[in-house]
Amino acid sequence: MACAPLMNGTRASSHPAGGDQRRLNHTAGRSAAPLLPDHWRLLLFWLVLLTVPFAAPNEYLVSLANLFLINVILIASLNLLMGYGGQISLGHAGFFGLGAYVSGILSAKVGLSAWIGLPAAMLATGLAALVIGVPVLRLRGLYLSMATLGWNAILVVMFNRLVELTGGPNGLLGVAPFSIGGFRLDTDLREFPLVWLVSLLVMLAILHVLHSRFGRALRAVATNELGAEALGIDSARTKLLFFVLSAGMAGIAGSLYVHINQYASPETFSISNSILYVVMVALGGSGTFWGPVLGALIYTAVPQLLLDYEDAELMLFGLGMLIVLIAFPRGLAGVPAALRDWHGGRQARPT
Amino acid sequence: MSAALLKIEALNCYFQGLRAVADLGFTVAVGEIKAVIGPNGAGKSTLFNMIAGVTRPTSGHIFFDGDRIDTLPTFARARLGIARTFQNLQIFREMTVLENVVAGCHLRGHAGFTRAILRDRTFRTEERALEEASFELLERFNLVDKAYLPAGALSYGEMKVLELARALAGEPRLLLLDEPTAGLPRAEAEHIEGVVRDLNEQGMTVLLVEHNMRMVMSLSHDILVLNNGVRIAEGSGDEISRHPDVLTAYLGATDDA
Amino acid sequence: MHAATVVQLLVIGVGTGSIYALIALGFNVVFKSTGAMNFAQGEWVVMAGMIAAVSFATINSVALACLAAVLLMTIVGIISERLVIWPLRHPNPLLITLISIGLAICTRSLMMLVLGKRPVGYPGFSKTESLGFWGINVQTQTLWIFGITLVFLFGMHLFFERSMLGKALRAAAADREAAAIVGVKVETTVMLSFAIAAFAGALAGAIITPLTLASYDQGAAFGFKGFSAAMLGGVGSLPGAVVGGLALGLLEAFGSFYISSDFKDAIAFAVLLLVLFVRPSGLLGRAEITKV
Repeated sequence: MACAPLMNGTRASSHPAGGDQRRLNHTAGRSAAPLLPDHWRLLLFWLVLLTVPFAAPNEYLVSLANLFLINVILIASLNLLMGYGGQISLGHAGFFGLGAYVSGILSAKVGLSAWIGLPAAMLATGLAALVIGVPVLRLRGLYLSMATLGWNAILVVMFNRLVELTGGPNGLLGVAPFSIGGFRLDTDLREFPLVWLVSLLVMLAILHVLHSRFGRALRAVATNELGAEALGIDSARTKLLFFVLSAGMAGIAGSLYVHINQYASPETFSISNSILYVVMVALGGSGTFWGPVLGALIYTAVPQLLLDYEDAELMLFGLGMLIVLIAFPRGLAGVPAALRDWHGGRQARPT
Repeated sequence: MSAALLKIEALNCYFQGLRAVADLGFTVAVGEIKAVIGPNGAGKSTLFNMIAGVTRPTSGHIFFDGDRIDTLPTFARARLGIARTFQNLQIFREMTVLENVVAGCHLRGHAGFTRAILRDRTFRTEERALEEASFELLERFNLVDKAYLPAGALSYGEMKVLELARALAGEPRLLLLDEPTAGLPRAEAEHIEGVVRDLNEQGMTVLLVEHNMRMVMSLSHDILVLNNGVRIAEGSGDEISRHPDVLTAYLGATDDA
Repeated sequence: MHAATVVQLLVIGVGTGSIYALIALGFNVVFKSTGAMNFAQGEWVVMAGMIAAVSFATINSVALACLAAVLLMTIVGIISERLVIWPLRHPNPLLITLISIGLAICTRSLMMLVLGKRPVGYPGFSKTESLGFWGINVQTQTLWIFGITLVFLFGMHLFFERSMLGKALRAAAADREAAAIVGVKVETTVMLSFAIAAFAGALAGAIITPLTLASYDQGAAFGFKGFSAAMLGGVGSLPGAVVGGLALGLLEAFGSFYISSDFKDAIAFAVLLLVLFVRPSGLLGRAEITKV
């Protein structure tokens, strides 16, 4: 496709003196480097997390850590679609549930190992996302939101009504945990390494995809679809890719969840929870890499802190979300940057 | 004369009974700079949008390098080598200047999704190449110092230049420029004119819509004049500046006996 | 298919359909002026019902209680807009949608904390609860629902077609900049659209509560069904809200009777998905929703 190599031509003819030096300084170790700054932060944070099973005074805290890490997967995958892609999905809990039930049913009713359930869950949710996404992602974002809403609602009805398969409102019982050889991962301490590893891999995948032309394409499409298309980016396909990816990750989270709890019930996967995930993405910082970690922390910790004041929890989340969105549109993770801007760090915008 | 890179054939565009472009046909040869001029409402933007794939023609064909493209979506046309700038800037304001241009390199990236997730050596080598190419473009347009600023922080003139740089990042064969110097002060307009001339000397084919007559006359090999969606003249700068229909269109009818 | 059954189902369907139409209308008005989905819409419906119930307990007049509720909720709508939409420096549909989620959550928890979790209600507008004729049984409240909805729709039609304010709203919704140039205060139209949406929602809540009781957690269901109705009729289209609402109400009534009442709630969403896949512009919408 490319004919005349314009780049070489321009370099020879119109290069200002000293440009080579400047360019070297700029290109030195930026986005093409083997390890990005966020790699280090990720490894550091996850290494700190690794101390939890040893430092925790009781197993309950470890179970919380497991929950936290599953929530990270959920909120980070939603953030990928929502924060970077600008598409609000109101069915993320539904995909979470689909993954959980597929993996759980394969274990409880068919007797398959959880190691088969995990990829099966991912496949099922990815496929479901494909089916919904293809007709709807050519349209405006509103339509995806409504489609995911409808899909979540239908899933919950199915979880409740297909009693022979799912156990109905009482939940799915008899789900076996992950096991390696004969060694069953059926306590929080034993499950922790697996959840720790999977969540780390998911975060790495998200980091890598964001720093690639796929991630740039997604952000371009979210910012300005017309401009993106002019660059050869297939916006419908890009959105679909990330919708499927995000759903697949939710499916992974579902499989982890169901084999840890050895149980699943429809309430966990309601539309209300889908909405809460959206709230957490916004609270933590929509469109930032670390926002989801913060959001997951809030989502996991706050109910624990408010155990006696359950009713206030919702109000707190709602208020927090409003304050953050109005005052800090980049979310809590964007607070440091916002404060820096305030104190005159960045250049002023021209009128 | 060289082969036609772009060929428009019997193009019509009607918006609910309103005629925007009627029975238009012309070609743009490889290596040519062709300008489309005409009074406001002449159909220039509609024509551009049809070539770029944003608007669908009511009838007619568009050929690019011999292949029919009028049924293809915008991104597919970009993949064939058609790049464009916009009259109303469509840069990515929240992304940095550098990211805008690297995004423009989208079509030059071939590393697959799996490689991207694994971030292997092949992927990183390609990323480095794309980034370096982007820096070179930024240098060419004197935007290197602002590489890490959000694009929205640039001045209007710089944004127009950025959009041009981004359009070039994909190494296109045909450049569609929609009023590239509109709203720019003289010095910056001349800079863009120089850039377009340089690009053309290196083999770029250009189709541009412009109101700046001096630039059109000095730059274009061929000029197409539209009025009310119809072609009223086509030829060199000299020819069309003496063409009676052109004068009428721009200056109004002269009194006849 | 017994004729009486069909008529009975028709009555029920149009009754619920009217409620959905009101909610869809509110949703569409905000959508037209902001491009955003207003998640608080459903909560406003319920809040009106709860306020009316609480007022009724004090002043013992259904009419006054409902009036108070509707007026109060309209004010709530205006205050909501001023508090959370108006201060935005860079409003865009995504941000406003997210904010409306926060607003909905706050509204719901406010209801829960202040008005309690118990379902509350009040008697219907007529002394007689139901009428029997032609072999069917019709709740008088349902007749009130028809009537009031019709009056409201007619009023809306007059407002948007004949009044300056209504036309200003339509202008701002169609093209913000152009409207601003001719002197329309765009910010005020957004506030107005919220007021209308709250009013419509409150009306729906006030007239349905005698039949369903109001409880703080119903907001979501009302909201989503209203959204579905709006999509079905064609999002952004005011006549579409009516058509969509009625269609949804009828589909639910007939569907839950002839197919299964277990899956009644799924019907609305199955319809929604069908619309989105087959004809996203809805029954009355224009098919121009694909990008540029």
